[in-house]
Amino acid sequence: QIHFVLLVSRQGKVRLTKWYSPYTQKERSKVIRELSGVILNRGPKLCNFVEWRGYKVVYKRYASLYFCMCIDAEDNELEVLEIIHHYVEILDRYFGSVCELDLIFNFHKAYYILDELLIAGEIQESSKKTVARIISAQDQMVEAAKEEAGSISYIIAQAS
Amino acid sequence: MEQLKTIGRELAMGSQGGFGQSKEFLDLVKSIGEARSKAEEDRIVLSEIDILKRKLLEPDIPKRKMKEYIIRLVYIEMLGHDASFAYIHAVKMSHDDNLLLKRTGYLAVTLFLNEDHDLIILIVNTIQKDLRSDNYLVVCAALNAICRLINEETIPAVLPQVVDLLNHHKEAVRKKAIMALHRFHRKSPSSVSHLISNFRKRLCDNDPGVMGATLCPLFDLITEDVASYKDLVSSFVSILKQVTERRLPKSYDYHQMPAPFIQIKLLKIMALLGSGDKSASEIMYMVLGDLFKKCDSSTNIGNAILYECIRSISCIIPSPKLLEAAADAISKFLKSDSHNLKYMGIDGLGRLIKISPDIAEQHQLAVIDCLEDPDDTLKRKTFELLYKMTKSSNVEVIVDRMIDYMISINDNHYKTEIASRCVELAEQFAPSNQWFIQIMNKVFEHAGDLVNIKVAHNLMRLIAEGFGEDDDDADSKLRLSAVESYLQIMSEPKLPSLFLQVISWVLGEYGTADGKYSASYISGKLCDVADAYSSDETVKGYAVSALMKIYAFEIASGRKVDVLPECQSLIEELLASHSTDLQQRAYELQALLALDARAVESILPLDASCEDIEVDKDLSFLNGYIQQAIESGAQPYISERERSGMLETTDYHSQDHHEVPSHALRFEAYERPKPSSLRTQASTELVPLPEPSYYSEAHQPISTSSVSERESSEIKLRLDGVKQKWGRPSYQSSTSASSTPPQAANGTSSHPDVGVGSSSLKPRSSYESKKPEIYPEKQRLAASLFGGSSSSRSDRKSSSGGHKPAKGTASKPPKENPIPVQPPPDLLDFGEPTATSVTATDPFKELEGLMDSSSQDGGSTDVMGVLYSDAAPVTTTTSVDSLLSELSDSSKGNPGTYQSQTSKGPNSQEALEKDALVRQMGVNPTSQNPTLFKDLLG
Repeated sequence: QIHFVLLVSRQGKVRLTKWYSPYTQKERSKVIRELSGVILNRGPKLCNFVEWRGYKVVYKRYASLYFCMCIDAEDNELEVLEIIHHYVEILDRYFGSVCELDLIFNFHKAYYILDELLIAGEIQESSKKTVARIISAQDQMVEAAKEEAGSISYIIAQAS
Repeated sequence: MEQLKTIGRELAMGSQGGFGQSKEFLDLVKSIGEARSKAEEDRIVLSEIDILKRKLLEPDIPKRKMKEYIIRLVYIEMLGHDASFAYIHAVKMSHDDNLLLKRTGYLAVTLFLNEDHDLIILIVNTIQKDLRSDNYLVVCAALNAICRLINEETIPAVLPQVVDLLNHHKEAVRKKAIMALHRFHRKSPSSVSHLISNFRKRLCDNDPGVMGATLCPLFDLITEDVASYKDLVSSFVSILKQVTERRLPKSYDYHQMPAPFIQIKLLKIMALLGSGDKSASEIMYMVLGDLFKKCDSSTNIGNAILYECIRSISCIIPSPKLLEAAADAISKFLKSDSHNLKYMGIDGLGRLIKISPDIAEQHQLAVIDCLEDPDDTLKRKTFELLYKMTKSSNVEVIVDRMIDYMISINDNHYKTEIASRCVELAEQFAPSNQWFIQIMNKVFEHAGDLVNIKVAHNLMRLIAEGFGEDDDDADSKLRLSAVESYLQIMSEPKLPSLFLQVISWVLGEYGTADGKYSASYISGKLCDVADAYSSDETVKGYAVSALMKIYAFEIASGRKVDVLPECQSLIEELLASHSTDLQQRAYELQALLALDARAVESILPLDASCEDIEVDKDLSFLNGYIQQAIESGAQPYISERERSGMLETTDYHSQDHHEVPSHALRFEAYERPKPSSLRTQASTELVPLPEPSYYSEAHQPISTSSVSERESSEIKLRLDGVKQKWGRPSYQSSTSASSTPPQAANGTSSHPDVGVGSSSLKPRSSYESKKPEIYPEKQRLAASLFGGSSSSRSDRKSSSGGHKPAKGTASKPPKENPIPVQPPPDLLDFGEPTATSVTATDPFKELEGLMDSSSQDGGSTDVMGVLYSDAAPVTTTTSVDSLLSELSDSSKGNPGTYQSQTSKGPNSQEALEKDALVRQMGVNPTSQNPTLFKDLLG
């Protein structure tokens, strides 16, 4: 089970956090501080895993962004590494060559996508296509809602 | 320049959507992005919080605006600040009918609130309504929220609807409903225990996504109760078989592997079901064997499945053939260059070694390489393996290594773990008492504050009881050696409290036992301890008690006791101590000094720490005293059962408690004091009424004062319980307070300001050049680690040892060769682009340069030069090369500049678009960090 997901930049800036186990705000900042200290200082050829407080943190670097997931000691690290990659591929497909800037300004969308991939720390859907389908359905709904709202306000504006 | 801007703008117009946020938000993000320190960032966020607080107070905020405020709040929380002042607005937004707003509301709520937050109760209603919605997307949003927010108390409110949704026509809804039920099961198994058949049913769902999701709850259920699911073994096996035969839709393929995540989940379940069950295991042999053949070990996901197979095989009752296949896979992992795979190999070895202990032998050199690897993670994993393969023949080498490592690290959490492992191994396999005490001393000296207090008690007991059953001589030798080593260590500064307690206790019991050390010498030492650690009351207590024992033994043996002046002053100081415990000990000591030898001997007999002390539970020696008290008018004791039995008939409130156990937490806190006051009342009131039954049951009449004392202590206890419920566990905060990154040492030293190529090369090459020197040493280590107790095995080993160096040198050249050219293409790691060279460049110059060259249509090959014009040429080329080599993933080819141009071209174009968009919004990302624009995926 995944306990939290963390996206941190090379400079140690937080780009996205998702907590599946309860942590207080104070604990969260501590966790982030501690982990980014450990992970950002690791050399490039080393393992993508870190043992930490009895858990394991699997991380992977993409360009200047680190994707980290904290898992139980008994979980399969290589699998989690691929879950991370899976997530990045979905992001890439959604944003079209995703870059860090996309995630900074559209972090809520990154959250929506993550919510389709993982629920309560378990992998929920492993088909890229299915995730993409439901996300685009949501986007279309949103677009439709926007249009609707637009047209109503247009009518109101004309009437008054 | 002008032209560039217009082009950028046009591109931005063309790209749909844009970032869709207002300028204020973009400004916020940008200014935080440019903050140079955490303090500056905090300042920006705090002022943003002020702004938002003010804005949220305004009346009639348009919804669109509100949505953005909420997104900004999410951002603030993400950065670690408190946005609780606005939680209620997020809750409100989830009520909205507009899906866009609702979704934002739900997102914010799930990120803000924990399941025990008070506001949850306000959302339940909305969730109920949304679960009934015609729009499946609304239902999905609600189910997402359920998984995060519903707690034990609110499960019943949504459970029926969630169960209905298991048959929804949309697979996305069914899947989420399953996950929600899984969540409920985790929260409160009893709430869904009647619904478990649904999970079995959903396993046969037409949609593979739903089936895959169902495996999560089934895994949990099977973990809890294997026996009830044995009938599913063949189903799981056949599902796995179908998956591996690519019967699932192509969209579930991942890197050419059919539905690997589902395969892994199935393997995990099979491991549970096959554990200790021969017939179940046999059903699995076929499919597991096939998996070993089918898995592509060149991809990471293939290895993930292979590793899971190894794990399954180590859990079930395997066939020899499977074991062989697993061993092969492990040796492939261990031989790999990738640290990740080595790590998995070591882990797999640790699992398989339980079944076939001989397997480690052929990998001994690989294991030792891992043990000496600069990578801490790998090292720790290897220690775990060593821990698993420790036996009495190699315990000394292994524990010594562990202790050396323990001393070298700062990570308290791991230090604790490795210390307790050392203790465990030492207790289990210690070859001699001397060695054991030495090891324990080291553990206590370096990790004394971290080990469990039980370890200290065990050590004291061990010294007191001795190893040998009859051999008193050996025992006293053991004690003497302990005393000697402690006297030596004591003078060192800053010893951990627990260690000092052990030292004091042992010195008190046995310091003078042998006659080697005089009482005044030992008592002087003990006074020094009490003096040096005057803030530690526990240590002082131990020291004073030890002093008391020393003096008692002196008095009992008829010698005259000279209390040293410093001891005298210590006693006097403690007589006035604020700690009642210390005070009492001091008074006792003082009283003891005035007694005669016979009395002292019966109070503190020599070496009697192991004698059982008989406790008279009935306190029968008080009978006379009580009789006297009752005769003079005191009330008899009423047993606790008697008292509470009365309560139940007289007190309504307590009955109410019993009826609503699930809400007990909420109400108990307020109502507790009442019944307890009633209770004492009742007891005093009811006492005069003589009931025959309770005289017969009350064996021990005790005065009422003690009754009320009991009462008060009971009440106190309850309050403690309540406190614990809410209080933060202090354990977590204390353990990691001082822990600094353990990797800091090798991390910083290995790559200061150098580029990737050279930095990754350096430690490696130095390591390699050292290798031949270490070699014999390593072999010796291998021999001591892996050498079995049987001589035949050591023979075999020495002969294989002859081969090994040759093998090692043979494998060296291919290792060394590729390095100078470029780091070998590695699927798992992305190289480290030079921080210095990149930050020095202006992002715009870089982009402009790119724009020019790409408009020149296949122009100069000198793109890189333009790109990093500001930076030193040498480092940049290496960094770009290495980056590209990794970006182009598996292509092993030479990353020529042409190739680099083509792969770089479109990306930068897109980066340009994004940049233009940002500019159009009026936000100039003058950040020093052009990597923001870099594609995450190559």
